[in-house]
Amino acid sequence: MQADWIWGLVGGAMIGTAAAAYLLLNGRIMGASGIIGRLADGSEQRASRSSALENLAFLLGLALVPGLLWLVIGRPATNLTSQPVILIAAGLMVGAGTRLANGCTSGHGVCGLSRLSFRGFVATVFYLVGGGLSVIFFRHLLGIS
Amino acid sequence: MRLLAAFGCGGLFGAGLLVSGMTDTTKVIGWLDIFGDWDPTLAFVLAAAIVPMAIAWRIAPRRKTAVFGGPLSPPPFRDADRGLVLGSLAFGFGWGLAGLCPGPSVAVLLFGGWNSLLFLIAMLAGMVAAPVLRARIDRLAAG
Repeated sequence: MQADWIWGLVGGAMIGTAAAAYLLLNGRIMGASGIIGRLADGSEQRASRSSALENLAFLLGLALVPGLLWLVIGRPATNLTSQPVILIAAGLMVGAGTRLANGCTSGHGVCGLSRLSFRGFVATVFYLVGGGLSVIFFRHLLGIS
Repeated sequence: MRLLAAFGCGGLFGAGLLVSGMTDTTKVIGWLDIFGDWDPTLAFVLAAAIVPMAIAWRIAPRRKTAVFGGPLSPPPFRDADRGLVLGSLAFGFGWGLAGLCPGPSVAVLLFGGWNSLLFLIAMLAGMVAAPVLRARIDRLAAG
């Protein structure tokens, strides 16, 4: 669709505004993998109960608002694969990889690149390379989709 | 107030992911698929997202505290290390395979069905396992 890039810009600006607001209002960095991962392994709760609650509220918004908006804008498809092996393998790699790297697309990509962080740049290059190789390997060589 | 702001930021993040099409795994995989039917949308999303955040990084040092109190989280200064490179490569591999990264995996939870829940559970398991993996990698590297 031709309008895709316009919606990309609009949605991107919303994502960046959310990251800016989380930094200036709450003093926190909007990195999805860090927020989820530190709640999952309990390190956030051990460090501070209130900051764990804050990140929980963030995740609640992250799940509820698009869930409601999805109903309003015509239920766009996720086109997510339904093959359990792929979902599990991909989930494990995304989870372990982002925690090893201390960041994902939002943390290293949006928050890192915007302050010209060397680490953010290195991470972004390597996850893009990994993603590109993954598509070549799984999709084009093995025919998995 | 802090909790409400956090909820609002999460909501705006999620709404932005949905509006930009980043909850559609074919658009994400399409961006990574440079030898296939390449979809440049993700580049527009990332470029537009960086602008407000770059402004926020310039405002932040002039403030002592966040608007709702408490310290402004300083950007973490660490060196690029093995974990950063290997972790990002592994993340990219999983990202290209399913088309979901951590933010969208939560954003699609209410309409992505059981498949998205399975992905999220596996991702949480991977996150919890990461420290063990890190220790292993360090031991291997140390010889």
